[in-house]
Amino acid sequence: MKIVVASGKGGTGKSTVAANLAYSLIELQSVTLVDCDVEVPNLHLFFNPEPAIKEVFTIIPKIDSDLCTLCGDCGRFCRYGALTVLKDRVLVFEKMCHACGGCMIVCPEKAISECNYAVGRVEDSNPLPGLRLISGFLKEGEVLAPRVIKDAKAAAEGDGLIIIDSSPGIACPVIEAMDEADFCILVTESTPFGLHDLDLAVGVTKSLGLKAGIIINRSDGSDEDVRNYCRKMDLPVLLTIPFSREIASVQNRGDLISEKLPGWKEQFAGVYKECLELCGVDE
Amino acid sequence: MKICVTSKGAGADSAVEQRFGRSPFFVFVDSESGESKAVENPLVNESGGVGPRAVQLISGEGADVIITGQLGGNATAALQASGMKVFAYSGTGTVSEAVAQYKEGGLRQLI
Ligand code: SF4
Ligand code: SF4
Repeated sequence: MKIVVASGKGGTGKSTVAANLAYSLIELQSVTLVDCDVEVPNLHLFFNPEPAIKEVFTIIPKIDSDLCTLCGDCGRFCRYGALTVLKDRVLVFEKMCHACGGCMIVCPEKAISECNYAVGRVEDSNPLPGLRLISGFLKEGEVLAPRVIKDAKAAAEGDGLIIIDSSPGIACPVIEAMDEADFCILVTESTPFGLHDLDLAVGVTKSLGLKAGIIINRSDGSDEDVRNYCRKMDLPVLLTIPFSREIASVQNRGDLISEKLPGWKEQFAGVYKECLELCGVDE
Repeated sequence: MKICVTSKGAGADSAVEQRFGRSPFFVFVDSESGESKAVENPLVNESGGVGPRAVQLISGEGADVIITGQLGGNATAALQASGMKVFAYSGTGTVSEAVAQYKEGGLRQLI
């Protein structure tokens, strides 16, 4: 079972939901939590892990200047602008390369070979009994978030229950995180902006054919718009987390409400049960 | 010496374009003979990476000097390595006027 936690916009408390959900289940079964919000991963902040680190590489071209005739073909070919052929050399802009490999094919002199280039890392740890935490980190200034996400997800492959924290929004990293998931939990707030962004995210899950449910976070009690929307779109509201001083103070300390406040562990476990039911899986 | 000016149109009487990589045309002016030639920019509608690609195009035409409005970071890096000099023109005049101003030493050098 693979559950991805996403949100149309940042700051909805998506990571907090993912962390609480994972924590609430570890007494029942092993959980692998994967942080795919690789630009600003933060799940490790909840758990103090001591991780094993693996670098994530992509391929960039390496030009053999003895063979290169400066014909310009590679630079004209690369639509990402990662290669500029000048009068005396070829410049490679590593950060712009999308590793398509095309330049190596078009070079008439076979002057281009592959070389490894690190774009990030994956940290793997067991911070609590029953919990495996895998976090993807994109190096600062790098753009290939999907590459790091792929490696983070690949590390989790084969584990029983996988909970994925995606990046907010609806760009390619989110699609990569949602790819091959069984269920998507969308975290939203009950503001008009929240609803607009939620609608975009729902559109993505629909186009991926991904089953989804909603968690309303920091609810001030007037969620009618979100609830009407969910009814209209036939989306179940799995949980409503109210805006309360008690909850906020637990979370501001970097703690989990499922650990510190009574009742929440059961509520999150209930969310998981509902996810299973909606996916048609019997426990 | 060959001067390349980013231009809105296909001639030396066209207005200077402020954008570099997405400039509709590059007009190349020979500073001795005064002759000019325009090259349509194939990158105008591309989504990204246009800066370094425009540098290759202009370098391939044999320009020594570039006159344009603004440069992005990647274009700057490529231009620094290219050996071409770059000057900023922020006015609304034509390519010819920008070249004249450059010859008088009236333009600020970016690279
Ligand atoms: S591998 Fe593809 S993206 Fe990278 S430099 Fe070559 S052509 Fe460009
Ligand atoms: S295509 Fe090959 S030979 Fe031509 S400029 Fe690029 S590396 Fe050099």
